[in-house]
Amino acid sequence: MSNLGLPAGIDFGRPIRSLRWFGGRVSLRFDIKTATICLTLLAIALVVALVTLASGDYQVPLPDVVRALLGQGEGRIHMVVVEWRLPRTALALLLGAALGMGGAIFQSLTRNPLGSPDIIGFDAGAFTGALIVITLLHGSYYAIAGGALFGGLVTALVVYALAYNRGVQGFRLIIVGIGVSAMLTALNTWILLRAKLEVAMAAAIWGAGTLNGLDLDRLFPAMIILAVLMPLAMLMSRPMGQLELGDDAARALGVNAERTRLALLVLGVALTATVTATAGPIGFVALSAPQLARRLTGTASVAILPAAAMGALLLAVADFVAQRAFAPTQIPVGIVTVSLGGIYFVWLLLREARRQ
Amino acid sequence: MTVAVTSHDRARQEEKRPGLAQTNATRFVWLLLAIAVLLCVILASIAVGSKDIALGTVFEALFAYNDSDDHAIILALRVPRTLMGLTVGAALGVAGALIQALTRNPLADPGVLGVNAGAAFFVVLAVGLLGITAIQGYIWFAFLGAIVTTVVVYLVGSAGRNGATPVRLTLAGVAIGAVLGGVSAGIALLNPATFDRMRQWNAGSLVAPGYETLWSVLPFILLGLAIAIAMARRLNAVALGDDLAAALGANMRRTRGFVVLAVTLLAGGATAAAGPIGFVGLMVPHVARWIAGPDQRWILAFTIVLSPVLLLTADVVGRLVMRPGELQVGIVTAFVGAPVLILLARRRKVSGL
Repeated sequence: MSNLGLPAGIDFGRPIRSLRWFGGRVSLRFDIKTATICLTLLAIALVVALVTLASGDYQVPLPDVVRALLGQGEGRIHMVVVEWRLPRTALALLLGAALGMGGAIFQSLTRNPLGSPDIIGFDAGAFTGALIVITLLHGSYYAIAGGALFGGLVTALVVYALAYNRGVQGFRLIIVGIGVSAMLTALNTWILLRAKLEVAMAAAIWGAGTLNGLDLDRLFPAMIILAVLMPLAMLMSRPMGQLELGDDAARALGVNAERTRLALLVLGVALTATVTATAGPIGFVALSAPQLARRLTGTASVAILPAAAMGALLLAVADFVAQRAFAPTQIPVGIVTVSLGGIYFVWLLLREARRQ
Repeated sequence: MTVAVTSHDRARQEEKRPGLAQTNATRFVWLLLAIAVLLCVILASIAVGSKDIALGTVFEALFAYNDSDDHAIILALRVPRTLMGLTVGAALGVAGALIQALTRNPLADPGVLGVNAGAAFFVVLAVGLLGITAIQGYIWFAFLGAIVTTVVVYLVGSAGRNGATPVRLTLAGVAIGAVLGGVSAGIALLNPATFDRMRQWNAGSLVAPGYETLWSVLPFILLGLAIAIAMARRLNAVALGDDLAAALGANMRRTRGFVVLAVTLLAGGATAAAGPIGFVGLMVPHVARWIAGPDQRWILAFTIVLSPVLLLTADVVGRLVMRPGELQVGIVTAFVGAPVLILLARRRKVSGL
């Protein structure tokens, strides 16, 4: 029985296990290597988060941080760690995961490692929307979030429509994205020039993407929205992989291709838009997290869960750097991610060149 | 003489793209026409502004100066600004034409290749970290930044056996531009004074007091133009592809080196003097090709004349749209240029020249 005429020790591919509950009506199929890598990435992200919680103007020893998180810290440490620092660090993990997921969805849909909302002008448009609210209407935090959402979505739609010419090609989408972004950037430069210096600086910090000054009140809306979106994205992860086989093959596997694509598109935009509305346009995480995760897991295409874990790790590290690099001045986290992401991009280009 | 042009013929014409002017004589007439337009734009640039000055007064100020207010405005502000537009415009246009010919990519533009981000990065270093605030001081930093970035982008983009393919160069420019832009923004946001200076520099403007800025960059731009003109014939060989060019006896390595040097001098000098001004280098060579056809010598000649036309017109428009305030010229060119880029990208064959 154990030997079906095959030589022993042959590699049948990646070890995969399935868990079944309720007599097989609910089942979970997972790849052991991917699961191990996801857990490892998350563990590292949590360690980075702990270190971030411990460091700052007021240093807290790591054991005290853990005690405070478990609700056993003394008054002052509890205040610093749980009330001041925890919302921001938790948000870094959460938003990072959301960006990773959104990026994975976009890249899978466009079958292009460059498919990401920041390439197609979403960020520049969101900044324009936010700038108008900040400088002209002097809106509140929530008004800014609304303006950013509106601006970003309209821009993404315009870019998509302009790039549409009997189907959308990756290269054309990118060039049109660059063009529309250039126009919006010029508009943004002009709005910034006309504003008062303090207002302009505050707006520029928002435009870079920042976690500074995020407190519990601002954490909750994002948490609630993401608590709905993220499980949905995970549920879509199988049909997303099947869709990559091409519409016909996906249909043969029982996937409704058009409906799945639309659902994925809405989910991807919603995930990214939530992050932008909460913390401003944080660039390059959505672009690089899925690709980095794919290289680690060694899978053929991008996957949602590893991308989420990688995104959380990337943003946690970037947030630590943003807080500590020029301490006591805190730089916007988006500046760190853009710099790191660009370096990753250059490395990718050079590596590809060597392989040719 | 009506000839029915079939769609097949039209497609063949599209492939060859002979240009509007078919013979050298007609090209010469077109060039004279372009020069005439340039002269008109120069006069407009001197006459139009927050205070309109009659054309008669403009001539009077140029040829029979007296100490009136109008004459002072013309000689101290309008003329230097117009000369700056002429120099910077020609430099940006020719840099664009060269880089498009070299990469055989009609979408290449010194700005897309990261020159502006590099210049801005070095300016922010000079202003933010070294505390240099005089324009004369950070002009050289802008120049150095442009040079270093062009070279790095070209090296990254041309690594590997396939050399500098258009897509790779664009990607390298975008990626390196993003890194430098991120770091620049970070440094600028550390200090309100730096931020204030950078937001003004970023808009791109031809306004500079007096002639000092112009004299600083003029030698480099003239040298760049000279190299460009000397290289024009070799660029025609480049258009045939590396192998064929080598077979015709062109030393590709040396040609490439000289062209990159010229682009760096031109784009670096222009950006140092006026800040980042995009899209002039992208658009004008297309217009030049459209008029003159594929010969690089004629393309360069038309580019040198037409680029200042575009830049000065954008500058005049910038002075008119928000009177008595002004819209910076870099903002106007982006608003005119980005739609052109999108149109080009929508056409079917974008990457082949």
